[in-house]
Amino acid sequence: MIFDTLMIIALCLLVLAIMANLYRVVKGPSSADRVQALDSVGINIIASIAVFSVFLHTHAFFDLILLIGILSFIGTTAFAKFLERGVVIERKR
Amino acid sequence: MKQNDVILQSVTRVAVVIILTFSIYLFMNGHHHPGGGFIGGLSTAAAIVLLYLSFGIEKVRENIRMDFKKLAAIGVLIAVGTGMTAVVFGKPFLTQAFDYFNLPIFGETELASALIFDTGVALAVIGTAVNIILSISEDR
Repeated sequence: MIFDTLMIIALCLLVLAIMANLYRVVKGPSSADRVQALDSVGINIIASIAVFSVFLHTHAFFDLILLIGILSFIGTTAFAKFLERGVVIERKR
Repeated sequence: MKQNDVILQSVTRVAVVIILTFSIYLFMNGHHHPGGGFIGGLSTAAAIVLLYLSFGIEKVRENIRMDFKKLAAIGVLIAVGTGMTAVVFGKPFLTQAFDYFNLPIFGETELASALIFDTGVALAVIGTAVNIILSISEDR
């Protein structure tokens, strides 16, 4: 009982953190702010999945944690290259 | 001005190995645990896209000499071929067979023909995903 309550409190705090990041995504003055906030949302989602799989007593979601980490890294890299160079995949002229 | 990508390229060299290992793990895991051909193929495609992101099209094309259109076609052919093999043995189309073998290192292992079907699915997914991204990026 106390265990479930603790997990739900942790999930609520993570939801609050994601809300704060979404405020930065909506409000952020520059595009770099928005990209960083989206990367941070990905990390918070990873933490939520970890807490949720502890809450459900399962290890079926552990692959998902690594997968979201990889996809978040690739997405942030692509956004950063687009902001800096204007192209995502370069080719020589 | 020459751009410098040292950190991105060094991180990519380490990360691609980890992502490819993880995708093979997901692919082999699909029979008893979450995973399978589709997600394994997609994470392999993610590793190849990461290579394209950090090294550019030409350099990757020199080192991975593979036509991804042909790869998708070969994947579909493998998937159809496992189905037709069942027809050859007089069973309905796409009937799967499995048996237990004593392998040297692994001991008693269950080998299923669904693994070959999954290989076809994974190759088709890799070919399609990488091909879509490459043909979008060539904008001229």
